[in-house]
Amino acid sequence: MSQSAFLDFSDKRTYGAVAMGLLIAVLPLFLNAYWIDVCVSIGLYAILSLSLNVILGHAGIFHMGHAAFYAVGAYVTAILNTMYQWSIFATMPLAGLAAALVALLVARPIIHLRGDYLLIVTVGIVEIVRIALTNDVFGITGGSNGIFGIARPRFFGFRIVKSVHFYYLVWGMCAATLLLFHWLWRSRIGRALNYIKEDDVAAEGCGVDVTHYKLMAFVLGAFWAGMAGTLYAAKMTTIAPASFNFMESVIIFAVVILAGGSQLGVLVSSFLFIGLPELLREFSSARMLCFGLAMMIMMVWRPQGLMPPRPRRYRIPDRSKAGEEGKA
Amino acid sequence: MNLLEVEGMSKIFGGLVAVNDLDFTVEEGAVVGLIGPNGAGKTTVFNCITGNYVPERGDVHFQGKSIKGLKPHSIVELGIARTFQTIRLFSRLSVLENVLAGRHCRLKSGFLASMLHLPSQRREERDAVERCMQELEFVGLANAWREEGGSLAYGSQRLLEIARALASDPKLVILDEPAGGMNDQETSDLVNVIEAIRKRGITVLLIEHDMRLVMKICHKLVVLEHGTLIAEGVPDVVRRDPAVIEAYLGSDDNDEVY
Ligand SMILES: Nc1ncnc2c1ncn2[C@@H]1O[C@H](COP(=O)(O)OP(=O)(O)O)[C@@H](O)[C@H]1O
Ligand SMILES: [Mg+2]
Repeated sequence: MSQSAFLDFSDKRTYGAVAMGLLIAVLPLFLNAYWIDVCVSIGLYAILSLSLNVILGHAGIFHMGHAAFYAVGAYVTAILNTMYQWSIFATMPLAGLAAALVALLVARPIIHLRGDYLLIVTVGIVEIVRIALTNDVFGITGGSNGIFGIARPRFFGFRIVKSVHFYYLVWGMCAATLLLFHWLWRSRIGRALNYIKEDDVAAEGCGVDVTHYKLMAFVLGAFWAGMAGTLYAAKMTTIAPASFNFMESVIIFAVVILAGGSQLGVLVSSFLFIGLPELLREFSSARMLCFGLAMMIMMVWRPQGLMPPRPRRYRIPDRSKAGEEGKA
Repeated sequence: MNLLEVEGMSKIFGGLVAVNDLDFTVEEGAVVGLIGPNGAGKTTVFNCITGNYVPERGDVHFQGKSIKGLKPHSIVELGIARTFQTIRLFSRLSVLENVLAGRHCRLKSGFLASMLHLPSQRREERDAVERCMQELEFVGLANAWREEGGSLAYGSQRLLEIARALASDPKLVILDEPAGGMNDQETSDLVNVIEAIRKRGITVLLIEHDMRLVMKICHKLVVLEHGTLIAEGVPDVVRRDPAVIEAYLGSDDNDEVY
């Protein structure tokens, strides 16, 4: 039954997605360690951006502070691992939960704010977190030097050290994220977020608890960003507040806006934002200029983003034929 | 039995008293019309019932319980669904998904069941789609299920809003000028739909300017002028009420202008 099928071969995009999946699976065979590292970075941004896509892409909540939740996750992992010798994977759920808790606390009083006001407040969140970390207000975050000596993760006795190991770890997580968030999007919750994005008064008026679902999107997105933070801490083995600055938030935000709402779009857009500047490295100082220019052209040429989500598919028993005729 | 009771409702905007100490009741199973000249406060009364506004004074009872101060989505859950005077569809989503919006509050799947695509969630989703298609059949829009909501003709958009409201299993539907902008054919289809809603045992409260329509389908009329109740009763009696004739003659010129 196509209602439950993940792959729909009547949609051309499916071929693109499958090809992309295969390419990602075999890519490390053709890349050196440097480029594999770049791809790990793209994967991390992709996970982060997919989690922001739930908040910004699906629900239309203008949240520009996502790096704050990434930071919380990374720090929880770093602290539990270096101080309490927790294994990296064991810290992951806690990193997610901590980020989700912070999100719940900060979002509760501001979630009802209008788009532009909310944007400003969320920018504040990331700065508050960064400043708190820099000044070591909790006494366990190592100030501006951060935390170093984070252990390598182990997967059933297998030590994840090399770039290629991280490549499969990060992209494996990314694949799981794609699947779970795709299913979320297909559900009543995904729809509720879209109703809110389209017209929150109408959504509330038809029985959707707007505040509840906005919070849910926010907390879920933060949970995921926290888990991505775990992977980041494990990959870097050293983390510092400077890695979670406002610019990071802006990049993730831009990735999602450029993507236009679909998950495939987020992948493509993560590559464009993280991979392309590396490819353009020869141009050295001019590359950010090229990049900025390309973004501007994109936004004028395709203001709806690269790939807006396709309509959800529904299997309508007897109607599907009649519907086709109606269209013809 | 009274399904809805509005008691001493007042709503004030700045200095303007939009609704003034209003009392009326809606009997279960009836079609009740709320009428009055433009700006009389009809839409404001609806918004106070549905939780979009909180009245400054007075109370609203639904099935004997006060619903004042509840949020709109909770009031929908209790069984009052509405349509908007200015159509508020999700214009970029499909016709079917617009109706599913109304069904949302009757579905249970949480975010875990949804993310994991559990069998219970899939079953619920299938049933919801089936149910919403029935509502689309009911208003005659089933063939358009995959069109974008905003692409429908004006009259069809009004019907789609009604289907969306019905999908929430309401006990009372509140329609704000459902015939607004409809041609004669569409209006007579609408009359049939409203009649069919009542036959399903759903109570209807509607605002309408089209007096012929109101006289034809309402069991009871509540007449408002400047936020104040000026008449209440069966259509045949109300239309002969001097105060009502006065209010309507006074506003007829206005209606010409609009
Ligand atoms: N949100 C609002 N803020 C201020 N004034 C309002 C608001 N809504 C309605 N009004 C005023 O209240 C009065 C009644 O409006 P309304 O309920 O829309 O009338 P009706 O639906 O009977 O035409 C009008 O004078 C209108 O200008
Ligand atoms: Mg009105």
